[in-house]
Amino acid sequence: MMETKTLSSAQLEARKRARSLKWRRFFAQSYLWLLLILLYAPIVLIIFFSFTRSKVLGNWTGFTFGLYENLFTGYDRVAQVHVDPNMYSALLYTLLIAVVAATFATLLGTLAAIGIFNMRQRSRQAIQLLNSVPMINPDILTGISLFLLFVFLGISRGLATVIIAHVVFCTPYVVLSVMPRLTKMNPNIYEAALDLGATPFQALRKVMMPELWPGMLSGFILSITLSIDDFGVTFFTKGSGGLNTLSTFIYADARKGGLTPELRPLFSLIFVTMLVLLLIINWRASKQAQKTKK
Amino acid sequence: MKLSRIFDNRRSWAWPYVLFLILFVVLPLLLIVVYAFTTPGGDFTLHNFVQFFSTSEAVNTFIYSIAIAFLTTLICLLLGYPAAYIMATAELKTPVVMSMLFILPMWINFLLRTLATVELFNMFSIPLGEGALLYGMCYDFLPFMIYPIYNTLQKMDRSLIEAAHDLGANRREVFLKVILPLSKSGIYSGVVMVFMPTVSTFAISELLTRNKITLFGSLIQRAFGEGGLQMWNYGAALSLVLLLIIGLTSFFGNKDEQEAQSVI
Repeated sequence: MMETKTLSSAQLEARKRARSLKWRRFFAQSYLWLLLILLYAPIVLIIFFSFTRSKVLGNWTGFTFGLYENLFTGYDRVAQVHVDPNMYSALLYTLLIAVVAATFATLLGTLAAIGIFNMRQRSRQAIQLLNSVPMINPDILTGISLFLLFVFLGISRGLATVIIAHVVFCTPYVVLSVMPRLTKMNPNIYEAALDLGATPFQALRKVMMPELWPGMLSGFILSITLSIDDFGVTFFTKGSGGLNTLSTFIYADARKGGLTPELRPLFSLIFVTMLVLLLIINWRASKQAQKTKK
Repeated sequence: MKLSRIFDNRRSWAWPYVLFLILFVVLPLLLIVVYAFTTPGGDFTLHNFVQFFSTSEAVNTFIYSIAIAFLTTLICLLLGYPAAYIMATAELKTPVVMSMLFILPMWINFLLRTLATVELFNMFSIPLGEGALLYGMCYDFLPFMIYPIYNTLQKMDRSLIEAAHDLGANRREVFLKVILPLSKSGIYSGVVMVFMPTVSTFAISELLTRNKITLFGSLIQRAFGEGGLQMWNYGAALSLVLLLIIGLTSFFGNKDEQEAQSVI
């Protein structure tokens, strides 16, 4: 009699806890979804209005793929005007600057990480502190300080100065993503390669690179993302020669009053591509996780 | 022969980057200091700072910007911490893809997203002012708060929480005395990553309030953009003030972080 009673009260307790967990899960998930809805509302708006021809965002003038057609042909059949050619050059420059700057940043940052890793404690800390300055510095300060430097050195601003500026704020992140790989690596394998007759360059390429590769790749991808998203640094280092990235193009456009409508389908496409990529990566990762479980 | 010996010493591989940092980080920051303390002619002066402190509009803008940045950081922390906590807590079973959904919006240019936010406000006829500015800033920087906190919470040693439970702590105690102190370093990086850009932003505020509200970043930008050569020194002085704020924030934050690490 006593036994059954205690058992049922324990069961009751367990059931109560399960129910409260269910509620907590429900509230937690709803909270995340609410945040995501707020976060995605403007994006949904952009995608929604990429399917209408109106000049301004928020004015629906009927469903059409017109803006997508304009985007790819560069010509607006209805209004009989060309799509602003500056948008295409801004897109190209954005990609060019991102790829070139990320490549330089990855090379410079990887070499630096190896060097810093082999340093004595003192100098190592000093350089790591220096390395964190561009990360902490807000973009306006990075931009203005470099602007003053280029003026001071008499270098005219343009593509090269923008790329240098992007390398400045990308490289610290490469250093930080390569460092952990070095810590994990067996320090003797490089020496072993040298002892077995490899030149330092061969040892770097064939022994170290395969170990550091994942860190370099994540540093590279992070650099691309940072470069594409940058506005402040580019704004101060691009000069007045008409060079624009998408960021500075949008800023100039918005200040003039009207936003080039074709930006809507452009960013809708970029967004959907990234979303699909993310889902594929996630799907493959979960599949792999299932495989390792088996 | 000599060149290969330099290459052998792996310490020297950092030299190109050290040179690069000196030329493109240290020297430019020194130039801000030099410009801030000189006239356009190159003579030493304190006039630029006098001009800043005697213009009430500039000082007010400065204080206002810090207040806005502070509020934005606080709101982001209050909204972001629960989100990071939920995603990092296994028993709440958040799908992995959720955490990535929070960074995906960053692939749409933030200026375009800001403009779309403005349009949303217009559609619901919400006036563009302080509220819109705060909303837009939080909107843009919330992911920067969620991520670092999420990372530290995920790396946290779960057995410490179980131990606290076993020793009789209730959920609130566990959170306040174990989880929160252990996530201090994540909170610190989140706060830095939100506060630094918000205190210095200029484009977001211009677009969100149609130039109705001027922030400190806009003052600096105007000095360099529209002021012409004469204004550069004044702009450099403003930049130096901003640099000091940034330096102070990261210095005090650093101390906090070291404390947090010593707890672990």
